[in-house]
Amino acid sequence: MAKEKCSLKKEFTKGLIKENPVLRLVLGTCPTLATSTSMVNAIGMGIAATIVLVCSNIVISALRKIIPDKVRIPAYVVIIASFVTLVQMLVKAFVPALDVALGVFLPLIVVNCIILGRAEAFANKNPVIASAVDGLGMGIGFTAALFCMATVREFLGNGSLFTDAQNLLSVFGDNVLGGFNGVTILNTPMTLFILPAGGFFVFGVLIAISNAISEKKKLPKAELHGCESCPLAATCSKVVSREEDKKI
Amino acid sequence: MTAAQIFSVILTAILTENFVLCKFLGICPFLGVSKKVDTALGMSVAVIFVMLISTAVTYPINTVLVKYDLAYLQTIVFILIIAALVQLVEIVLKKYIKSLYNALGIYLPLITTNCAVLGVVLLNLDEGYSFGMSLVNSLGAGIGFMVAMLIFAGVRSRLETADIPECLKGLPSTLIAASLTSVSFLGFSGVVDGIFG
Repeated sequence: MAKEKCSLKKEFTKGLIKENPVLRLVLGTCPTLATSTSMVNAIGMGIAATIVLVCSNIVISALRKIIPDKVRIPAYVVIIASFVTLVQMLVKAFVPALDVALGVFLPLIVVNCIILGRAEAFANKNPVIASAVDGLGMGIGFTAALFCMATVREFLGNGSLFTDAQNLLSVFGDNVLGGFNGVTILNTPMTLFILPAGGFFVFGVLIAISNAISEKKKLPKAELHGCESCPLAATCSKVVSREEDKKI
Repeated sequence: MTAAQIFSVILTAILTENFVLCKFLGICPFLGVSKKVDTALGMSVAVIFVMLISTAVTYPINTVLVKYDLAYLQTIVFILIIAALVQLVEIVLKKYIKSLYNALGIYLPLITTNCAVLGVVLLNLDEGYSFGMSLVNSLGAGIGFMVAMLIFAGVRSRLETADIPECLKGLPSTLIAASLTSVSFLGFSGVVDGIFG
């Protein structure tokens, strides 16, 4: 029992730092770059993705012995898409402002590689509770990385912190925290950081920092292995790399 | 749908609202497959192809969904249709058009879960484009993807030989190069309004 607890703790913490999905595994780059323009959007996106990740991990792990191996990817996609639809409806109903802010990236959680990647790499081999904990750890790791990036980008690019906090807080009723709606700190912000170019730049610098730290700890660098990091790698990436080898 | 409208939509999708560099859709292939110009070209042609056929198929299906008040099923229906369609196209190409399959085939399964494809389908519906306009916008988005991929493949091949600090080697320098490429696209803002406005 004690041993089981210990391994659950390990499953949880690995997603936070050691195997952080964004900074170490380099998965889910599109939503990371697109929704990190404000801290509130980042938290909203993080929570939505975490809910989908935990729920789909639980269901996929529960069904892992029933789903035939050959059709597993379509089956996972259907499960993930159902949860995304569910979350989408909840967000539309309870936090409509967030729905507007995230726009197309809310339904696009379906194709977020973190979720399909965890289904492929973890949930289809492990029991339900471990998968749920793994999903929670990865989800929180994703949210934390997103939040870090959004803090830098919002502070430098908009000169503020927690702009439009009421978008999220409105779930708990009107005027929570005295109607706190963010603070403005810099009067002349560098707008570049809010723009797409700043997103790429901040992400690059964050990965460089995380690489420098992991190098000190003798961990391998975060590296984008072309298609190999894509969850569909098992079905196709080998073909691409073989093709590239041939050309060399 | 006048010629001016068509050109303005295409130019907007390529220059001012480039899918990769301004909307952050399809970053995975952008960073993953852009090491060499010829693989980048193959990937982007496959993306244009899949974007066009999935727009053409999902548009009528969406009208059916809306008619029966099932619009909330969009996400789940679209991703399934795109996945099935890509598989089907792959099988057909393999059987009948061998040369095209050799050129595009390996990239097709990769595109199934690409956010650029699902993204363009959803954005077309958000914008409320007509069927023809949706196709035009998808074509523009695809060409924009290709332009970004080709430019970036060129930038990256120069980066290979550059002398950069150890911790920036690999992914970080690639991202910073992408950032600079994106800055260059900022220069196009307002260009379409200037021509057609």
